[in-house]
Amino acid sequence: MTDAASDQSVLETRDLRMAFGGLVVFENLNFSLRRGERHAIIGPNGAGKTTFVSLVTGLLRPTGGDVMFNGRVITHSSPQQRVKAGIARTFQINSLFKALNPLASLVIALAEREGRGGISLRSVARQAGLIEEASALLAKFGLADDALVTTEKLPYGKQRLLEVALALALRPQLLLLDEPAAGLSTEQGHELFRQLAILTGDTTVLFIEHDMNLVFRYADRVSVFAAGALVVQDTPERVRNHPRVREVYLGV
Amino acid sequence: MSSLSDPAPRLPGQQYFASIARWSPGEIIFWAALLAVFFVPDANLPLYGQIVIWGLFAMSLDLLLGYRGIPSMGHAAFFGIGAYTAGYLGKFGWTEPISGLVLAALVAGLVGWLTGRVIQRVSGIALLMVTLGLNLILYDIVHRQSELTGGDDGLQGVVIAPVLGLFRFDIFGRTAYLYALAVTFVLFLVARALVKSPFGLALLGARENPRRMITLGTPIERDVSTVFAIASAMAGAAGALLTQTTQFVSPATLSFQRSADVLVILIIGGTGRLYGGFIGAIVFLLLRDWLAALSPVYWYFWIGFLLVIVVAFFRRGIVPSVETLAQRLRRR
Repeated sequence: MTDAASDQSVLETRDLRMAFGGLVVFENLNFSLRRGERHAIIGPNGAGKTTFVSLVTGLLRPTGGDVMFNGRVITHSSPQQRVKAGIARTFQINSLFKALNPLASLVIALAEREGRGGISLRSVARQAGLIEEASALLAKFGLADDALVTTEKLPYGKQRLLEVALALALRPQLLLLDEPAAGLSTEQGHELFRQLAILTGDTTVLFIEHDMNLVFRYADRVSVFAAGALVVQDTPERVRNHPRVREVYLGV
Repeated sequence: MSSLSDPAPRLPGQQYFASIARWSPGEIIFWAALLAVFFVPDANLPLYGQIVIWGLFAMSLDLLLGYRGIPSMGHAAFFGIGAYTAGYLGKFGWTEPISGLVLAALVAGLVGWLTGRVIQRVSGIALLMVTLGLNLILYDIVHRQSELTGGDDGLQGVVIAPVLGLFRFDIFGRTAYLYALAVTFVLFLVARALVKSPFGLALLGARENPRRMITLGTPIERDVSTVFAIASAMAGAAGALLTQTTQFVSPATLSFQRSADVLVILIIGGTGRLYGGFIGAIVFLLLRDWLAALSPVYWYFWIGFLLVIVVAFFRRGIVPSVETLAQRLRRR
């Protein structure tokens, strides 16, 4: 990676506008994400956080404005093209392969990343590289003993980890986590974020989270969305003390 | 430390995928039994040949339904396209069977690929209707264009040369049986390799969760037309086998009844196993043969009865239920 590339923001939106019929979700949203940072998006329900993630991953197309990734306009790229460019995401509600086991699930993700998911007569058994990497990832996530358990039989917390493992298997430059701790107890949530801090390494991470303790502990910077606008984008400390934030979000 | 001559310890993951790829004793016995039938004196080889052809046809549907999760109510359309292609080739002078079979499979596969392009954005009930509709349209065309197709009388005068220039199709169905078995086995090997490759896993992934496959970067729409083409080519090969071994084609090859029968066969046998179609075909055709002798008019009553029993008590079909039972017994 050149120095020029590392200077510019990984993700940027320019005058992004999104409306569903007459309902305007954002207007003139200008957002930027620095390379390597862990960035939280917070905001009340209906502030458009998940919509924003969907616009970045391409599941939705904006009504106006542009999304840029590594300085390139990706507004009209398909979700698959964005994955190939280096954007991966997880879902707020588990979106896994229920009838398959975690090992097979990861092999699917790795084969796709390596361009080996197309039509082929070569058995997985003869592609040791895929199996080794999948096994290593499972071990890293503490799922080695669950590698061959059918996903739907895994405890919920482990399913949440698998959700992240599938996205990280793609070796993304940008990882989007939509409420990774959703459905976990406070303790489990803290444990998950402790693991995430280690597992994501220096990948740029953008995450949506409601638990303020988690946000302030884990994020380098925070963006506050409210009523269709980016209210503030700053360090957790400054965001916590920002008068507008206290008013719109913390309800103080 | 262990001695240097020890083999490198294998990861559980490698053992798992190796065990999936390995031929199980059950599989070897299955194919050996199909071959052994040939040597049984006075065996009803024409019936067993039918079973093998129906098994191949049902296996092709399994790739679509069992692996990719695409239900089709019109799979006989591709069987019929293969059957008529082989029939026309034989009628108009291309009598060499193997190349005729390959051409028939390619034509059916091409039509299947186009169908896949049409239906790749459709799912659920709409998919059943579209596939059924395409089947009915094709049946009606063949039925009406009786100058070209022979209509209800079927295509007469199909000539098929000896296999490899050596083995004449005889009236006892000996050549026909071995030929159908050999072609089916080769196509089974292809299907088996496909489903055990990363592509096969991706099919299962798209069946389980298409949205997740998109977020992993998979072009799942392209995969629909790919798997549709493969399944249709194999169905077309089964149709061509029927034409070549009987030297006759009738519109029944692409009737809706056949589409329904192949679905029943696959569901009785069990989806997502490749063998389900074969086991279903054995049960269905042996039962049909036996029942037709007992009561020639009412045998569909018993087929319906069997379907209800299987779905009520085995749920996932014969093969998966037997597997589960075997695993339980082994654990004891």
